[in-house]
Amino acid sequence: MSIELLYILILTIPLLTALGVLLCHQNPNARESLTLLGGIFLFFVVAKLALSYDFEQTVTLTLLEPFPGLSLALRLEPLGLIFTLVAGFLWPVTSLYAIGYMRAHHEKNQTRFYIAFAISIFATMAIALSANLLTLFLAYEMLTLFTLPLVTHAGTDAARRAGWTYLGILMTTSIGFLLLAIIWTWSLTGTLEFTPGGILAGKAELATLGGLLLLFVFGTGKAALMPFHRWLPAAMVAPTPVSALLHAVAVVKAGVFTIMKVSVYIFGIDLIGSLDSAYWLSLLAGFTIVSASIIAMSKDNLKARLAYSTISQLSYIILAAMLGVATGVFAGSLHIAMHAFAKITLFFCAGAILVSAHKTCVSELNGIGRAMPFTMLAFLLASLSIVGLPPLGGSWSKWLLLQATMDAHSTVLLIVLLFSSLLNLFYLVEIPIRGFFATPADLNYNNGIKEAPKFSLIAILITTAGCLVLFFLVNPAWNLVEQILR
Amino acid sequence: MTHLPVLIVVAPLLAAALIVLLNNRKVAWLITLLTSLFCFYASVSMLEILQEVDVISYTLGGWKAPFGIELRIDALSALMLLILTGSALLVSIYALKSVEKEIPDKNQVLFYTALLMVLAGLIGISITGDAFNVFVFLEISSLSTYALISLGRDRRALHASYQYLMMGTIGATFILIGIGFMYVMTGTLNIQDLSQRLPAVADTNAIRAAFAFITIGAGIKAAMLPLHQWLPNAYTYSPSVVSTFLAATATKVAVYVMIRFELSLFGIEFSFLQIPFDKILVILGTIGILGGSIYAVYQNNVKRMLAYSSIAQIGYILLAIGLASQAGFTAALLHIFNHALIKGTLFMALGIVFFRFASAELSIMAGIGKTMPLTMAAFTIGGLSLIGIPGTAGFVSKWYLVTALLDASLWPLALLILVASVLTLIYVGRVIEVAYFRPTLKGESQLKVPKTMLIALWIFALSNIYFGLNSDISMGVSTLAVNQLIGVAS
Repeated sequence: MSIELLYILILTIPLLTALGVLLCHQNPNARESLTLLGGIFLFFVVAKLALSYDFEQTVTLTLLEPFPGLSLALRLEPLGLIFTLVAGFLWPVTSLYAIGYMRAHHEKNQTRFYIAFAISIFATMAIALSANLLTLFLAYEMLTLFTLPLVTHAGTDAARRAGWTYLGILMTTSIGFLLLAIIWTWSLTGTLEFTPGGILAGKAELATLGGLLLLFVFGTGKAALMPFHRWLPAAMVAPTPVSALLHAVAVVKAGVFTIMKVSVYIFGIDLIGSLDSAYWLSLLAGFTIVSASIIAMSKDNLKARLAYSTISQLSYIILAAMLGVATGVFAGSLHIAMHAFAKITLFFCAGAILVSAHKTCVSELNGIGRAMPFTMLAFLLASLSIVGLPPLGGSWSKWLLLQATMDAHSTVLLIVLLFSSLLNLFYLVEIPIRGFFATPADLNYNNGIKEAPKFSLIAILITTAGCLVLFFLVNPAWNLVEQILR
Repeated sequence: MTHLPVLIVVAPLLAAALIVLLNNRKVAWLITLLTSLFCFYASVSMLEILQEVDVISYTLGGWKAPFGIELRIDALSALMLLILTGSALLVSIYALKSVEKEIPDKNQVLFYTALLMVLAGLIGISITGDAFNVFVFLEISSLSTYALISLGRDRRALHASYQYLMMGTIGATFILIGIGFMYVMTGTLNIQDLSQRLPAVADTNAIRAAFAFITIGAGIKAAMLPLHQWLPNAYTYSPSVVSTFLAATATKVAVYVMIRFELSLFGIEFSFLQIPFDKILVILGTIGILGGSIYAVYQNNVKRMLAYSSIAQIGYILLAIGLASQAGFTAALLHIFNHALIKGTLFMALGIVFFRFASAELSIMAGIGKTMPLTMAAFTIGGLSLIGIPGTAGFVSKWYLVTALLDASLWPLALLILVASVLTLIYVGRVIEVAYFRPTLKGESQLKVPKTMLIALWIFALSNIYFGLNSDISMGVSTLAVNQLIGVAS
């Protein structure tokens, strides 16, 4: 199969899945089997692409040329492949989880849910494969719009308000800053192609380029850098599978992915290293890491706590990109994958607790480990991966990140990272400890609480296994990451 | 087909007269449809001819200019023709059912007559090479427009029409006074001729006064803030067909008059160097963008909301012209074209809502996303295009406008423009939210939406996407037009 065909397949499979779901809307079994099949098929295509692609000879597929010299085009590069693999693998797993969750939770409008979900995956894949900033921006905006019905899914007033916050922040930043930055880049360089080594070096004074970097980073609202982070906790009113895949993997990772791509292929890592504003941004990312962790500690609602933890983790990647050293790029790219597996596991567990035990607050979870041992064990392992302890995948990216701050001679940020790990340990590991060791509020606490629905439990086991496997089999990922700066 | 330039004006005029004579509603509609089809065909063929030659010049009765009257079609005129006749064609398809519903039987024939007169007037303005003729055609189109607006069902339409009559007459008179001054100073009315003779007398108060009169006159017709008061009422209370057609065309033709006089006739040097007109445009344009958008956010009648949005969009166009650069002019022309597509879509969709509920209040639109999925999907496409989401026509013009601003090192203004599009997001988002996320009202209207209305609507809506993904045509004509304008001026 030619590479071009694989690109097309990756984009069309989610769309066809959405269409199939629409046609089968009266038959839930067929509808959900289709989602699952579409996901599995997509993953195989992505895997095939990963195996047959040669980064020495990149393949570009131009779809359309809306303006002279500006095209909508697809091209795979190592960073994009990481993102494609992660999202492509986690979509079918989340579908599996969603089937158990949505049924057990008796959610309404499930057809709309699965359609919007599939189209969001389409937008995510388009972001991952984009060959230039215009394509990336188009897909970025599509992702915002298609995830909106998922955020407002419940249809309550709270959901509607959350929808406005979501749309307001993401659209304001992207149209106000990101678009301006893109057009500015176009007017400075005459191209928007992602080019190894960057395109901006020497095109303007350093101060101007520094301003441009600020526009890019603040414009990427999906990366949730403070002060543009509020949409992420707001989006937690969505059903848990959405929070899991979109607001721990696809949407937020699309944000940090954009920042990584811009730093590596538009600015170039050396230019980033010489910009003052990059240093200030790395400090702001450090501030976000610590303060989001502190806010997370104060949150009793489990999903809100996880949301703030996500904000904090995203800033790890922003920080890594802003250091302007090669190790930073490697660390950030690896962290995209490592954090995805760990955070999706945590959200899966939170959803399982909600469905089986109808609990949403951390303080209500004392002793729940006896009724839901697998879920709580998975939660523990994923938490440890986020903290960065072996033998879990997260330890590699944390390790590299620490090394990157040393390469960049930034003791402040080194301390920030260490301190934040400590905070992670407190506010995440607290939950399984309560589950296993604390005494329940009353004796009948665990009566009637069972493990999660079996589809959901399988999904949790898969992603937890992923966290472990990524520790032992990190070599292929490492080889891939090393290709980014070739 | 050497007589196409004159036929494209004469055909709608004759058809208008014919309609009155035949005095039959169905026939009137059919003639309107066929006439606009012919005009559309004529403008497309002239566009094709313009690929070969620079300018199509047609002398009426064979009398050579400057003594005779000349019709002169360059790329800019062709662009206007394309917008005018394309909108007219879609509006005619749409009109059949909408007019049956909204206009009393006895007035329907007159309605089609007036519609064709407006079309003839606007086409005439766009192609004439004679300054006085601009005024004549302007009056033909304006008088018919006043009649069209007054046909609205709401009694407030009469007041709106009267208000527009007052403002419009002042505007047209100002233009006439301006032309008079120029005639006194140069002794000619032919635009080509004027542009050659003006530099000799440019440094006089008479010419500067002419410039001011024409600018303000055209500014009134274009609803340039702060001369915009007539527009919200006129759009809100006129019949849906009329508001659609006016929103897509009328203010743009006024902007065309401004461009034609200021750029081809007075010339860039006079307009932008001797008189700092560019700065005035930038300031008024920016105020228009912000003011129009902010007003739009607070409207509860969706038609009125879109009317204020039109004022803001005119602001974008004026701002782009005010940049006085090639990129700026191109952005302005592109936006004239793209905005016609956007507002055509939005007003048509709203017209269908009005068709069913006899109201355009935001509150009656609760939950209609479910009951009128096709209409609201088209509205959403138009709305996204208005915001400037990539993949739509609105994005293309926004892109060029911001590029032009950055080329002129006006990056704070570029930031402001983009933040202003967030205001667009808010007012479009309000409608979308009510339509899709509120429960449907009880006592749902049982009227079925006619197919003809939906077809016209969707052609408009899909053209937003087509021209968003492939800007060859819109970009090609605009670039050509700008090159000719700058060539003429230098």
